[in-house]
Amino acid sequence: MIPLKSQKDLEVLKQSGAILAHVMRQVEQNIRAGITTLDIDRLCHELILKNNAQPAFKGYKGFPATACVSVNEEVVHGIPSPRVILEGDIVSIDLGVNYKGYFSDMAVTVPVGSVGPAKRKLVEVTKKSLELGIKQARLGNSLSDISHSIQSFVEAEGFQVVRQFVGHGIGKELHEEPEIPNFYKPGASPALKNGMVLAIEPMINMGTWECLLLDNGWTAVTKDRAPSAHFEHTVAITNNGPVILTQ
Amino acid sequence: MAKEELIETEGKIVEALPNAMFKVELENGHIVLAHVSGKMRMNFIRILPGDKVKLELSPYDLSRGRITFRVR
Repeated sequence: MIPLKSQKDLEVLKQSGAILAHVMRQVEQNIRAGITTLDIDRLCHELILKNNAQPAFKGYKGFPATACVSVNEEVVHGIPSPRVILEGDIVSIDLGVNYKGYFSDMAVTVPVGSVGPAKRKLVEVTKKSLELGIKQARLGNSLSDISHSIQSFVEAEGFQVVRQFVGHGIGKELHEEPEIPNFYKPGASPALKNGMVLAIEPMINMGTWECLLLDNGWTAVTKDRAPSAHFEHTVAITNNGPVILTQ
Repeated sequence: MAKEELIETEGKIVEALPNAMFKVELENGHIVLAHVSGKMRMNFIRILPGDKVKLELSPYDLSRGRITFRVR
């Protein structure tokens, strides 16, 4: 069953999302060559607490950090480490907060300094695919309309959609039903309804869509070690259309 | 944080256990312990030994599953 949120739930979720978006903007401004992914994690942690929220990922199924920081060939769930960010890297930051028991989830990919044209295009296409997906998140559509709009745009641009990881419902828990694939999946797809809250998150690879899991049990990297980008928003489906909560 | 996609597969009920748990034999011969998804319980769908079912496995623990559909 996909949980539906009341107007009151949505109000708190909106506050949760606003805090997360505020934190993310500050984090983005501080990303530059020379800092480590651990520095980014510390900053995220500090800012979330300063805004009276709790990090949602820390301890989730044993994840050891506040942020997932995934650089270049890392797809998702990068564990912050002493890895130094270099000019030309693309750095994806995935963050979740818990505010008064309401979760929001968001990711951005930031190009550091001057980035090559292919990588820059990957980041732009991924960001645009999220926008297109969100546009389809409205009444009268089914979940697969979101997946389809993302996949068809991305593949027309010459990139591939990750299959092993998917978006998800969100609200009173970090991961709720339904699963939101960014690719076509055969079978019935649920109709979108007023009060659903979805974390839509295209993960797009420059080369093959296949991923490998590193020995740490968390970090997914592309099988061919080509770069990958990731954008995510928490979106409410309402009678007045999609509302991005994380902005 | 992205969610790992669940692995979907089909199997056959071998034995009904207490608490709406079932032993299910997968197409590859593996036997897993599976519970019934909430939706199927609500609709009072009866599952009997010999029935073919669809189930979801978590990549974290391949010995347990969740029955989502009884295949007719």
